[in-house]
Amino acid sequence: MTVLNANGSAPAMPPSKLRWGELEDDGEDLDFLLPPRQVIGPDENGVKRAVEYKFGDDGNKIKITTTTRVRKLAKARLSKSAVERRNWAKFGDAVHEDVGSRLTMVSTEEILLESPRALGSKAEESKIAGDNLAQLGKGAVLMVCRTCGKKGDHWTSRCPYKDLAPPTDAFVDKPPMSETVVPGPGGATKPAYVPPSMRAGADRIVGADMRRRNDENSVRVTNLSEDTREPDLLELFRTFGPVSRVYVAIDQKTGVSRGFGFVNFVNKEDAERAINKLNGYGYDNLILRVEWATPRPS
Amino acid sequence: MRPILMKGHERPLTFLKYNREGDLLFSCAKDHNPTVWFADNGERLGTYRGHNGAVWCCDVSRDSMRLITGSADQTAKLWNVQSGTYLFTFNFESPARSVDFSVGDKLAVITTDPFMGHTSAIHVKRIARDPADQTSESVHILKKPQGRINRAVWGPLNETIISAGEDSIIRIWDSETGKLLKESDIEIGHKKAITSLVKSSDGSHFLTGSHDKSAKLWDIRTLTLIKTYLTERPVNAVTMSPLLDHVVLGGGQDASAVTTTDHRAGKFEAKFYDKILQEEIGGVKGHFGPINALAFNPDGKSFSSGGEDGYVRLHHFDPDYFHIKI
Repeated sequence: MTVLNANGSAPAMPPSKLRWGELEDDGEDLDFLLPPRQVIGPDENGVKRAVEYKFGDDGNKIKITTTTRVRKLAKARLSKSAVERRNWAKFGDAVHEDVGSRLTMVSTEEILLESPRALGSKAEESKIAGDNLAQLGKGAVLMVCRTCGKKGDHWTSRCPYKDLAPPTDAFVDKPPMSETVVPGPGGATKPAYVPPSMRAGADRIVGADMRRRNDENSVRVTNLSEDTREPDLLELFRTFGPVSRVYVAIDQKTGVSRGFGFVNFVNKEDAERAINKLNGYGYDNLILRVEWATPRPS
Repeated sequence: MRPILMKGHERPLTFLKYNREGDLLFSCAKDHNPTVWFADNGERLGTYRGHNGAVWCCDVSRDSMRLITGSADQTAKLWNVQSGTYLFTFNFESPARSVDFSVGDKLAVITTDPFMGHTSAIHVKRIARDPADQTSESVHILKKPQGRINRAVWGPLNETIISAGEDSIIRIWDSETGKLLKESDIEIGHKKAITSLVKSSDGSHFLTGSHDKSAKLWDIRTLTLIKTYLTERPVNAVTMSPLLDHVVLGGGQDASAVTTTDHRAGKFEAKFYDKILQEEIGGVKGHFGPINALAFNPDGKSFSSGGEDGYVRLHHFDPDYFHIKI
């Protein structure tokens, strides 16, 4: 609102019968005349300006500028009677309603017609992931067993598959121990006694196959001393790998070793290493001769 | 879409009704003043003062001149829509629950609750053109010992009256003689109280919603069950789109039951279903309490919902609503 004085320069006065040049002399008389109301039509933003003049309480001219912008929220094709109804006077509690009343507000949130399916699948997915993690462990620690390599079930000292020969470090430069794969059960049947041959990981190869296989891994040891017996050979050869059978030829009459024996390894590589290392090895004051039992499978 | 929130009522909403041209929205609530709003921008036009109890239901005449409201203060009132003054009061001996103008607005059906020894009743009243001639005599009073009648509407050509209520049976009455013509089959019908009933825009079928968490679509002449829509919450309000084949269900549990049973407490939504395929299309969230009233604008481009929270939410659909496919 700006206050003008009577001689004031009203901006952009439309031409009227009253020319302000003439007014100058008779300014006092024509004070009561106000410049007419103008409407500066909607510009490119849709903003409309209306300029009005009126007399204030103290007799001064007051200029009121109203800036409005009309925005289309929704399209309503109204019938004639509906248009009439639009102009009805307010009644009841709405009579004293001012423009600032907060009864009707446009929501600040954008609400969508949400599809129900999306929500359903998401809920399922998160549930499944949760279950997997839950299955993994009692407590937050992941239990790893060195012997069987199975995670999350037991620690090494409690391994049910203890009989698998653990690696030792005499002589042998340690090649990586091939892990014997344990197709174990879920560990749920632990309390019952399971004979070694029936245990998981036991080589449950039927009869003939077993022998044949092992005979390919058979190592003949000669120039043994008289007192050498099976346990001695086992002790000597087990460092190379799991041994399935040891045999020392013994003279029944004298009970003395005939100087040779056989060692059957589970793995051929172990047998090979044993041959390489122990051939020419001094054992009990005699030089051992270690070689393949069968014609060399090389 | 951006719903327009209208908080004119202090108490939970009970009923919403658009006038025939879709430019006015009438809302009834448990506070005693029904309110009328402009349906395009949600601006309040006025309130009707005069009732002394919760207003359960309302109906507006075809020319949007007369409004009839039924209230728990044992009266039903006729109002001049424009001025807000009431023209006539029908007095009853028990709370008036449901009101409906007939086609032509010459008759109105008003139901009253069972109360203090009175059984529930369906009253048919003549509505005079000139309010000065209005009398309170009933053309018929249909009485049959049932539970509370929650909704009664006129059938096609005003030949029948359809009522549904707490005993979960839908009844069709002859409006001339007052005889009971049909009852809905108990096996296939609702299992719990029917809370709401709405006719299709052409009047050939109607939809009922019930506390048994389902809504059922019926043929209006033969009362055969056409479709069933299943939901997880008791249904308090139903409406049908006049434009597309959608039905909308609104409901929710009482506040007391919410925290114990619903993990998504507070997110009450109006669920949209495909009318023919019976599958859920989507939901419109936003209410803070169970939805008690739903109404579709006769032009099908907007709808409004009223909740236990006292808010009326007016939704104008986005253009892609009209292209929804399952």
